[in-house]
Amino acid sequence: MIISELLEEAFSAVTVNKVRSGLTVLGIIIGIGSVIAMISIGQGAQGSINASIQSIGSNLLVVSPSFQRTPGSVVSSGRGAAETLTQADSDAIASQVTQIAAIAPQINGRYQIKSRTANTNTQVVGTVSSYPQVRNVDMSLGSFISDQDVASVAKVAVLGPTTTGDLFNSTSTDPVGETIRINNINFKIIGVTKAKGGNGFSNQDDIIYIPLSTSQRYLQGGSYVASINIEAQDASSMTSVQEQVTNLLMERHRISDPNQADFSVINQADIVSAASSVTNTFTILLASIAGISLVVGGIGIMNMMLTTVTERTREIGLRKAIGAKKKDISSQFLAESVMLTFVGGVIGIILGWVISLLVTHFSGIATAISWWSVFLAVGVSAGIGMIFGYYPARRAAGLNPIEALRYE
Amino acid sequence: MIEVKNITKIYKTGDFETVALKNVSFSVRDGEFVAIMGPSGSGKSTLMHLLGALDTPTSGEYLLDGKNVAKLSEDELADIRNEKIGFVFQQFNLLPRATVFRNVMLPLVYAGVERDKREERAKKALVSAALPEDWWQHHSNELSGGQIQRVAIARALVNNPTLILADEPTGNLDSKTGEIVLATFQRLHQEGRTIVLITHELYVAEHAERIMHIRDGEIKEDGKNHSRRIVHHPAAE
Ligand SMILES: Nc1ncnc2c1ncn2[C@@H]1O[C@H](COP(=O)(O)OP(=O)(O)OP(=O)(O)O)[C@@H](O)[C@H]1O
Ligand SMILES: [Mg+2]
Repeated sequence: MIISELLEEAFSAVTVNKVRSGLTVLGIIIGIGSVIAMISIGQGAQGSINASIQSIGSNLLVVSPSFQRTPGSVVSSGRGAAETLTQADSDAIASQVTQIAAIAPQINGRYQIKSRTANTNTQVVGTVSSYPQVRNVDMSLGSFISDQDVASVAKVAVLGPTTTGDLFNSTSTDPVGETIRINNINFKIIGVTKAKGGNGFSNQDDIIYIPLSTSQRYLQGGSYVASINIEAQDASSMTSVQEQVTNLLMERHRISDPNQADFSVINQADIVSAASSVTNTFTILLASIAGISLVVGGIGIMNMMLTTVTERTREIGLRKAIGAKKKDISSQFLAESVMLTFVGGVIGIILGWVISLLVTHFSGIATAISWWSVFLAVGVSAGIGMIFGYYPARRAAGLNPIEALRYE
Repeated sequence: MIEVKNITKIYKTGDFETVALKNVSFSVRDGEFVAIMGPSGSGKSTLMHLLGALDTPTSGEYLLDGKNVAKLSEDELADIRNEKIGFVFQQFNLLPRATVFRNVMLPLVYAGVERDKREERAKKALVSAALPEDWWQHHSNELSGGQIQRVAIARALVNNPTLILADEPTGNLDSKTGEIVLATFQRLHQEGRTIVLITHELYVAEHAERIMHIRDGEIKEDGKNHSRRIVHHPAAE
């Protein structure tokens, strides 16, 4: 039989019992729909995590003190768990390491902040004028800390938009020129940064920037720095910069064994790939759970096809009596099951798409339906029809025409 | 031309052996109208399955147009059934969901005949089986018993078979409707078809030109039907 005729026959057979076919297809729809939705949510999550990692800078390397030996030190306040990185280290990197576009050491602390009307507690970062370039910070009002401010140990501050809102009760007020008190020391506001959105690591909108020298002199004391942000010239020079920085600092700190290093250099690419592998695992996990429902749907197809074969035993006998070969009978039943799963697959893709749109709409998680997942779903659903339709079709084809005709 | 030589059929079920046919031999010439009759359990259906290439004998030879059917594989038997045999069964003759036309075309579908040719041949067969054209597009579950048998006859004719094999074709019909079907067979016979009719009713068998009596798997009597009934029916013309 030709394909078109096979499909015609299959169509008329599966539409005889519409409710039963519909319920069976529903199993496939749910299976395919959830696989598509889960993959799209997983991929969307991966996309937004990558985007937020990119938003903290491009071609970024961060040097922090003895990260490996005291886990958790990144989120600690003050100068880090170990005071091993100094201003001098930063200056040495700036002058000796090649292929660097910009370098910005920083020092962090949490302090009580007061304005005339309000009072909050937030992160205060002491840094230098190149920080906006290295960490992709844009200004919305006024200007960032200048080299002049750092040189003169000026008591000036740049606020994040959230902090502005907290201190002046509204994000729309222009606080430039106002005075705030950080740890009871007066600072003049010279600028406000643009909102970046939360990015998982630290909220770059709820923050205050002051000159590094000012922080060292009035807030922290000493010449230690919490971390050094380095922007490499391009993606291809990152490894080289990382090696140079590591060698330079080991030499300066008189360390010969890299495992004993009292600092660590984190490459932005490493963070991206670590995050990707986490979200990939997560996506695979979600998709496998959804895949189980697909298998259950496939078993539903098999169950229905076995029932159909039994119900249509005499039809099979008659078809064989008038000349149908085994192949004709088995392809007829296979066509029916593949038709069911294919239709289920197509509707399931639409369902999965709608689910992922709803997820985006209500939870804000960006989702992305990729072509490969659609093709895969169509292929998998047709494959499920083949696999779960194979046994019933073989059973039908193997029926003895005499027995089949006598069947009551 | 049908030649049956020393056919024996034994059914094995567990430890039991049923000898359904014992050393049966006969032949049917082209264009003959033969009735095979006998009591229940005598082996009529068994014989019909063998003649119809639905089954193969335990021993013996069955030559259909000179070809030995006894030793063929399942798919080869399917081809023989498709090309050389037209069946009319007592019941469940048609696919209920399909139209009359589709049912008649089905053997041609399995034979791989092109669509246009199929339709042409199905029309000819339906005209020959005397089913009025109004019914051709109806689904077969909308037909009466007599109409169903005529559609089945049309389907049996459509491949231009060597042999039309009817197993109790009037068994489910009242005598009047049965007569229309028998008149149709008689007209086909006049047109030169070979017909083997299986029945347990003498009245039905008497429409054939030759009657074979089968009992306990053996042919007891085989001869010309001297009291032949000829029926004419306007609906069968
Ligand atoms: N598939 C089978 N398996 C086992 N025994 C069978 C089978 N088919 C038929 N028989 C036996 O073979 C013998 C002949 O049966 P068959 O069906 O040919 O009789 P019949 O003449 O057609 O009878 P009826 O008029 O009742 O249809 C019976 O004894 C029957 O029990
Ligand atoms: Mg019988």
